[in-house]
Amino acid sequence: MKIHIPNSAWLGNIDPFLRSFDTSHPDLLEISANRSWISIHPVVLAMVASLGLSLKPGQIICEQLEAKSKHYLKRMRLFDLLGIDSQIKIHEHEPAGRFIPLTQITDPDKLTNFITEMVPLLHLEPHQVEPIRYIISELTRNVFEHSQSKIGAILCAQYYKKSNVIRIGIVDRGVGIKKTIAESYPVKTDEESVQLALTPGITGTTRRIGGTDYNAGAGLFFIKSIAKVNRDFFIIYSGNFMYKLLKTKNSSPVRLYGDPFKDKHSKGSDFPYWNGTVVGVDLSLDDTEEFSILLKMISDTYSKTVKERRKQYYKQARFI
Amino acid sequence: MKNINIFKNTGNFAEDKDLAKEIRLKKIMPSLKYDDEVVIDFAGVESTTQSFIHALLSEVIREFGSEVLDRIAFKNCNANVRGIITIVVDYMQI
Repeated sequence: MKIHIPNSAWLGNIDPFLRSFDTSHPDLLEISANRSWISIHPVVLAMVASLGLSLKPGQIICEQLEAKSKHYLKRMRLFDLLGIDSQIKIHEHEPAGRFIPLTQITDPDKLTNFITEMVPLLHLEPHQVEPIRYIISELTRNVFEHSQSKIGAILCAQYYKKSNVIRIGIVDRGVGIKKTIAESYPVKTDEESVQLALTPGITGTTRRIGGTDYNAGAGLFFIKSIAKVNRDFFIIYSGNFMYKLLKTKNSSPVRLYGDPFKDKHSKGSDFPYWNGTVVGVDLSLDDTEEFSILLKMISDTYSKTVKERRKQYYKQARFI
Repeated sequence: MKNINIFKNTGNFAEDKDLAKEIRLKKIMPSLKYDDEVVIDFAGVESTTQSFIHALLSEVIREFGSEVLDRIAFKNCNANVRGIITIVVDYMQI
């Protein structure tokens, strides 16, 4: 396999990076990087790390990096995670950034503690923490429940001061969405599978509307919707298919849809095959809706979508 | 009446679905089966996830029907927790 870390790869322009991934010779990983400057989304790092973690250090060849940003890769723990010597020394007086370095999570029992300990590294205001914790929890739990990823979940996040945005990447090298959705739905393509996975109330664990006792089929829909309401990017890439939610213009009203293909998006079914699932999401911190209001907007669409399939008498919860 | 303290099990971020399932199976369901009322106390819980609340409640509503909500009270819920509980209670009844 060959993966090249480019000069620039953010969710908006990530397609060339994904297309450049060479999946041949899966027992070897060659990592190269732009020689001048590296400016990349955390999901790119998480992807590189996940490829390396599927192999032994002796199967990884990383070219001598020359870009000034190689220190960034070191600080984000890419080389530590892969067990390779970067020959880079971090100076002790370097300023602390607001980021969660590459982290491999293999034990679901430790996830709550991880989130509690790591999210403060982003130095967010209390009201900004809620969506971040929510996103990290839901996406990582998805990996444990569905992916069968031998390396667990690889996570990375960073706050960007200039744009006031948090960018999050969570990646696994598991069975991919098509296999999990196909347990309950007759899907033929990765595209169909991802479309279903993003639809509220649909989960591969059951055909029953609204899910099982343990799984509602709502997680990915909620996360995509958080990105949509905040007018941010969201991508999901599994098998040969990549779906990208595009930003809603500030001048346009935000509309949530149960069918992800009704959102403003781009997609492609001709990407290099990814064994597993990649999720990248941006969350801008400018004028974000109160999280509880945001969730209410999302739930209205969720309920409407599920209601189209089934209706029952309902009562309201009692709060004391 | 059975009082269930969520914070004691989860800390201030209630997101562990396995814990939610355990609370449902070991505390909520048995109490409801014996016609008891249940108070689920979220004091100290700053936030939760839809997945946690779904694992905590969905099967309760499925098994006992919507009427069971007359025997369950949610206590000390902040706006976020209240919002997510309402989401799950709503969609489990459609």
